[in-house]
Amino acid sequence: MRIVHYVNQFSAGLGGEDAAGIGPRVLEGAVGPGRLLAQLLGDEHQIVATIVCGDDYAASNTAAADELLGLARNAGAELLVTGPAFGSGRYGLACARLVAAADAAGLPALATMHPDNPGIADAGAAPVVAAGATTREMRPTLQRVAAAIAKLATGAALTAADGRVAKAARIGRLVEHRAAHRAVELVLRRLGGDRESTEIPVGGFDAVDPAAPVDKAASAIVALVTEGAVVPIGNPDRLESARATRWLRYQIDGMDTLASGVWESVAGGFATTAANADPNRLLPLDAARTLEREGAIGRLHGEFMVTVGNGTSVAAARRFGIEWAAELRKAGVQAAILTAT
Amino acid sequence: MTIAEQVGALRIVPGRGIPYPSGDPNLPLPAEQAWRRQLVQRALDAVATAVERPTIFEVDVAARADA
Repeated sequence: MRIVHYVNQFSAGLGGEDAAGIGPRVLEGAVGPGRLLAQLLGDEHQIVATIVCGDDYAASNTAAADELLGLARNAGAELLVTGPAFGSGRYGLACARLVAAADAAGLPALATMHPDNPGIADAGAAPVVAAGATTREMRPTLQRVAAAIAKLATGAALTAADGRVAKAARIGRLVEHRAAHRAVELVLRRLGGDRESTEIPVGGFDAVDPAAPVDKAASAIVALVTEGAVVPIGNPDRLESARATRWLRYQIDGMDTLASGVWESVAGGFATTAANADPNRLLPLDAARTLEREGAIGRLHGEFMVTVGNGTSVAAARRFGIEWAAELRKAGVQAAILTAT
Repeated sequence: MTIAEQVGALRIVPGRGIPYPSGDPNLPLPAEQAWRRQLVQRALDAVATAVERPTIFEVDVAARADA
């Protein structure tokens, strides 16, 4: 099979964070981890091209996946392999979106990342093979990927036995006992000291490494962001009031306050009367603008980002966090104040 | 432990109620504006401070009443 491999700027050796903004490009043959993968694959399958894109570019451009998919097709891909992204968020998101786009377009694709990678949910129905947590596990990860590729080449589907993780197709089967019976059994097992048994594994919250402090807020570009669903009155872009699947951005350049009757909150989880009477109660633009004028803030970023934090899944919130951080960094923002309801 | 700490937010400035994180409708307008300014100032202190774990930055109302 002709394989096209997607990696980020770091894996391709093009640079670290300094190169995170570079756009898509095509390199001939196998590059970086692709060299080891090619060895493990032997002669039967060839990595004909490597596609590279910077993490910030890939995570913050909604059209990036289609752009990358076009490059893979032009390179003659019969199978698209992405990663391993290990635990890295932006990279994982890029890999997941790319295989989802390929899968939807009928091109067989395979992503590889750690099961806790925040991007994993975006792979949709495309298969994801488990990677280790860090690059130290490159070899065992690529051995799993090579075996998965060999299996895909036979036309077979990947299962948990192949290291497949994330959302697999649900297949109905008959079980011996009804749900009530199984629930009681689980409770009894729990009382007996079993802390692990479950039919539905629930994800936990991430531990996020603290960002380094800014030197001086007085010389920093500071952004305002919120999950309080502040939007222009009438909600022209139709932000959800609960269970957000997306976020929006609005310009605040040249604006001194969020006026009542011009902005409103569409959050569905709390009474918005106070917020609608003065939307600065949700996003403190008036105070931030004054502090900017007085020199306590270097510059206020020209737009704010907003979603609704009401019944929003951890997976969606993780994705918004990755996208916001990438967007803000690209814009040179050094700190963000997020108001939470 | 607050929800913000439980979910691992690293720099936390507590507000006075879920529906108005950067306000307080129980105050007269000038006092509310002063409160909002204090909250943003405290947030600026927070982003300029190194932290290792979820850390609460309370607004010191007394010290900054005239700020």
